[in-house]
Amino acid sequence: MSASRMLSPRHVRLLSRGRDEFLTAGPGAGPGLRSLTSPPLLSSSSCSSSSSSSSRALSSLSATRRGLPREKMAENGVTSRAKVLTIDTMNPTVKKVEYAVRGPIVQRAVELERELSEGMKKPFAEVIKANIGDAHAMGQQPITFFRQVLALCSYPELLNDSTFPEDAKSRARHILQSCGGNSMGSYSASQGIDAVRQDVANYIERRDGGVPCDPDDIYLTTGASDGIVTMLKLLVCGEGASRTGVMISIPQYPLYSAALAELGAVQINYYLNEEKCWSLDIGELQRSLDEARQYCNPRALCIINPGNPTGKVSFIHFGQSQVQTRQCIEDVIRFAAQERLFLMADEVYQDNVYAEGCQFHSFKKVLFDMGPEYSNTVELASFHSTSKCYMGECGFRGGYMEIINMDDEVKAQLTKLVSVRLCPPVPGQALMDLVVNPPQPGEPSYNNFIKERTSTLAALAEKAKLTEQVLNTVQGISCNPVQGAMYSFPRITIPEKAVKEAKDNGQQPDMFYCMKMLEEMGICLVPGSGFGQKDGTYHF
Amino acid sequence: MLSCRRRASLPAPGRHSGRIPEWHTDTRTDMRTVLQQAASAGPPHAVCWEEAATGAGGAQPPELSAMSRAAEAVGWRVSEAPPGAAARPGFCSLYKAPRCPDTPRVFTGRLLSSPRRANSSISTRANTERKKNKTGSTRGARKPYNEVIDLSSGDLHRAGLKPLSFVRQVLAACLYPQLLTSEKMPEDVRQRVQRLLGCIEGGVGSYTATAGVSEIVHRVSEFITRRDRGVSSYPENIYISPGSQWSLGNVLNILVNSQASPRTGVLTPVPCHSTTTLSLMSLGAVIIPYYLNEEQGWELQVKELHRALESAKGVCNPVALYVINPGNPSGYVQSRKSIQEVIRFVSEKRLFLLADEVYQDCVYGENVEFVSYKRVLAEMGPPLSDTVELASFHSASKGFMGECGLRGGYVELVNLDPAVMKYVHTLFSTDACAPVLGQIALDLMMHPPQPGDPSYHLYNVETQNIRTAVIHNAKRASEVVNSLPGFCCQPVEGGAFAFPRLHLPPKAIQKAKEVGIEPDAFYCLRLLKDAGVLVRPGCEYRQKEGTHHI
Repeated sequence: MSASRMLSPRHVRLLSRGRDEFLTAGPGAGPGLRSLTSPPLLSSSSCSSSSSSSSRALSSLSATRRGLPREKMAENGVTSRAKVLTIDTMNPTVKKVEYAVRGPIVQRAVELERELSEGMKKPFAEVIKANIGDAHAMGQQPITFFRQVLALCSYPELLNDSTFPEDAKSRARHILQSCGGNSMGSYSASQGIDAVRQDVANYIERRDGGVPCDPDDIYLTTGASDGIVTMLKLLVCGEGASRTGVMISIPQYPLYSAALAELGAVQINYYLNEEKCWSLDIGELQRSLDEARQYCNPRALCIINPGNPTGKVSFIHFGQSQVQTRQCIEDVIRFAAQERLFLMADEVYQDNVYAEGCQFHSFKKVLFDMGPEYSNTVELASFHSTSKCYMGECGFRGGYMEIINMDDEVKAQLTKLVSVRLCPPVPGQALMDLVVNPPQPGEPSYNNFIKERTSTLAALAEKAKLTEQVLNTVQGISCNPVQGAMYSFPRITIPEKAVKEAKDNGQQPDMFYCMKMLEEMGICLVPGSGFGQKDGTYHF
Repeated sequence: MLSCRRRASLPAPGRHSGRIPEWHTDTRTDMRTVLQQAASAGPPHAVCWEEAATGAGGAQPPELSAMSRAAEAVGWRVSEAPPGAAARPGFCSLYKAPRCPDTPRVFTGRLLSSPRRANSSISTRANTERKKNKTGSTRGARKPYNEVIDLSSGDLHRAGLKPLSFVRQVLAACLYPQLLTSEKMPEDVRQRVQRLLGCIEGGVGSYTATAGVSEIVHRVSEFITRRDRGVSSYPENIYISPGSQWSLGNVLNILVNSQASPRTGVLTPVPCHSTTTLSLMSLGAVIIPYYLNEEQGWELQVKELHRALESAKGVCNPVALYVINPGNPSGYVQSRKSIQEVIRFVSEKRLFLLADEVYQDCVYGENVEFVSYKRVLAEMGPPLSDTVELASFHSASKGFMGECGLRGGYVELVNLDPAVMKYVHTLFSTDACAPVLGQIALDLMMHPPQPGDPSYHLYNVETQNIRTAVIHNAKRASEVVNSLPGFCCQPVEGGAFAFPRLHLPPKAIQKAKEVGIEPDAFYCLRLLKDAGVLVRPGCEYRQKEGTHHI
């Protein structure tokens, strides 16, 4: 079976490049390797003369205008010492990375805020950040139980404090016991604390109606984005026409395009159908795949379920949020199996499905319901995080991924790869544990927990509805119903004159619109061009 | 003595869990703290040793006696010990006897593949041993030890040291602001929490700006200025990240062009903790090893840098020099003069300087002082101070705070091209932001309680205790290790680790080769199996050929 896997060790160049990664020489290197037969030690005099380039560099220093150290090129044609790291010498793939959600609009918003605080007059009193899916910054209250447990874990002396409920204390003890030295301040295993992974596995089994889950398949991560980037790193390889291609939905959350650019992978766009509530259609998947096969090697399909245009750090896209219907998920799985694609399911909004008549179906559950033909072969990674939904705890950077049907050797490489970051933040791991293991009926905190969760979800749903209604009353804006996530992605009709003015300024029309919105109204939005959209349509 | 600490610290259960995460990587994992906290630990610990050191006799700490036992297990009777050892149990003599090759040879890139595997097998083994031990009582299986002692990690809390109360009080109240009304929280804790929550919009559950909470970034910058005696530091050049290794990864990502031919090379010390080497490899960089001089206390010598750079000619395109000061795992602290030489070297050879300074607060050698690269660079004046590009890394995981689990670190970038800084920003943006609790830990580290504050006294007592324990342990570690046959340890001046040299008898080396693993990994496995002590073999950090370390 392993031979049939998409992600097999020979595809993973990453960490197995072995010895040629080191400069090798000496007796062990063998004749075939680039051998640097023990270079003689240089005396200090011979080395300074040996490097002609360096002496040139030094002599040019005298020409440096001392007062302006950062000047790259002095005037009058005198070249000053160039930097080692310049725009020309830096890693070219990094240059392609764009990140709209923290891009120019957001930077400008921060500037405006500062100007306001310095007393500058603006047509608005404060900047409203509708760009980031940051529930707490928008006034959402944290769940008391979670914070109590984390406070207890941070300062265990509080375990003697009678004001904390018993269930919070017992959760805190459970977490502390599984931390090294009983402290959240020690490193955990790179894959995450064992006990937390076990709890996550139990949660998944419950969620999926008993489909078994092995804690060894769970990797705790620094927010879901870390997991996604790590998986992409494992997948991307090849050159030219065999370069890995990854299919992502448009509109998308910019994390994907940024990560793919950074890795030098080929981004394959498939468009969600705006006319049908941003739904996904297999014909479109097939079209984009067939086109992409001509210039790259498509190996992975990213799906956001329930959909959201802007995932992690996103912006006010209350809108495009299709809850994949079960049928649709089955179709996607069949498609991935048939086209031999690795499935990456971004399921961070799984607790947020609140439209009536909708229910969350995980890819894993559907996969296992489809029988062994699929459940033993289709490779799947599913991601979750603590940042979204009713928890909204973005600042903890907690998350996990579950890996299904991955080749064992590749999994070993994955474990190695995650160890580069030592471990995910332990408080984030602790929080993940609480999210998958919330208060149960009968426990002292249960009633309060349910109350808080319900009111938070209700508030989100209400905002979603309100957003949709209000936006639809505005001339030139149309917005689809919001079903799952925290953003909407309304379409705007921009007058031709404005389109022209934007183009004259070298800006995307929707970027122009959003910038105007920011400058004149103090509302920070992210233009649809940062998420991708069909040509000729504009969104924010 | 580990257990002794643990008993004293948390009321929580799971004490002797002595957990060893399955393979743990390196940085944290080394042998050093090892000896220190474990082995010697301060006065309270001494009692424990005696309790524990039953089999080995004497007041020798259990891990150390275990080491000598394991040494025997490896086939190392005193009589068989390397030439000279038997005659003079003192170390230096022993050390000189089996001479190691003086001329450094380039290490035969036994890359990750093998040492990592060794590593994982050792930790995995540790887990198995522990499990066996747990069940052992029922089945009656006997092991010569009661619990696995993990000497492989530089993690203060894991080793049983108690977190600083002030830090944890602030964290708890930031998480759960209702605690602000509790009388248990000292006044300065409350003020600090109010200030922090006032500058983090939405509290600790929110994302922050890419570089970190602006006020905290400013505090880091003030700390740097203070540390460097007035050398100015600009907040816009500082990025807070989830741990210093993360920011190192990002900076390397900008420097290393994985598609270029010839490939990008980075000068890297040997020994070096393996996280960085792993990071470099995953980015497709070529590692150009330069060897620290063990005979001179693991000194960094510029002539060796020249040799290493020369060795890279025609193979790769060297763009950066990575230095670790204070050394990890070597424990060597660079002098100002040595730093000046390195700066001149990178300027002359046009290299980007990456200075890993995470152990800057852990310097305890006599007459040894930590001086930052940035300060020395500024003091050298123009043109150097205006041109040499430097990235300096620091973290909340080390020092006396030891909050590794919170993941807070930063990088300060000096003299970078503004055009490149734009991409640095983008790259850090894709990570969203560092965990807020880690950022708070940095804030507290940069600005601890001051004399006169209600928390100052306790804070001072706690940090002094940790400091005393660590210094005591560092001394004790090298003394004790040096008193064992077959070991030789350079004095530890800073950092959290010792990297003692192991003189293995030829028989043991041969046996290891038969099994197909590195001799020191073989030793470590035996040490674990027979004595329950987990240390990391030197092959994980790389070493001169023919030498072995733990």
